[in-house]
Amino acid sequence: MTGYIIVLLLASFLCLYRIALGPTPADRTVSIDILGTIIVGFCAFMSIITGRGYYLNIAIAWALISFVGTIALAKFLEGRGFDE
Amino acid sequence: MSNIIAEILLIIGVAFDLLGAIGLIRLPDVYNRLQAATKCVTLGTCFILFGACFHFGITAGGIKALICAAFILLTSPTGAHALARGSHKAGIKLWEGSVVDKYHEDTNM
Repeated sequence: MTGYIIVLLLASFLCLYRIALGPTPADRTVSIDILGTIIVGFCAFMSIITGRGYYLNIAIAWALISFVGTIALAKFLEGRGFDE
Repeated sequence: MSNIIAEILLIIGVAFDLLGAIGLIRLPDVYNRLQAATKCVTLGTCFILFGACFHFGITAGGIKALICAAFILLTSPTGAHALARGSHKAGIKLWEGSVVDKYHEDTNM
């Protein structure tokens, strides 16, 4: 089980690397979306390892908040294009 | 038996998550990164949640994992579509090796 956690942490750090490096704001937005989805899987792993069900509640809430944030950031990108 | 199925599903899910993150690093363009990472990571996270469902069985935890998987499957393509549309309207250029841009042709008749 520890190996799975290490692989998921490696994937999260690759997303953080793209957020730090990304040449355009759209790259950073895509990377934030992917990081949110990986964290949902991480919460499912935590519920399996600890045997407690409430981590899945956190996963559902995180998926909701991440979706709303992604839609808001996409609208922000689109609106700045009209202003320029 | 159900533990073995859960283990196999978890291995597949973690592998797809890692491949999606590597695609996010390696590909040259916003749109390429978006399609690779979104598809791989959505499938990987859904496999992890199905593995959690098999691990917990028909209990409250298993049903919550199934609901979360259905929600990820609904929302992740919607978010990716909104992101691709927003970045195209923000004027971000395609990679120079791209051969076709149907959205640009359709919106600038």
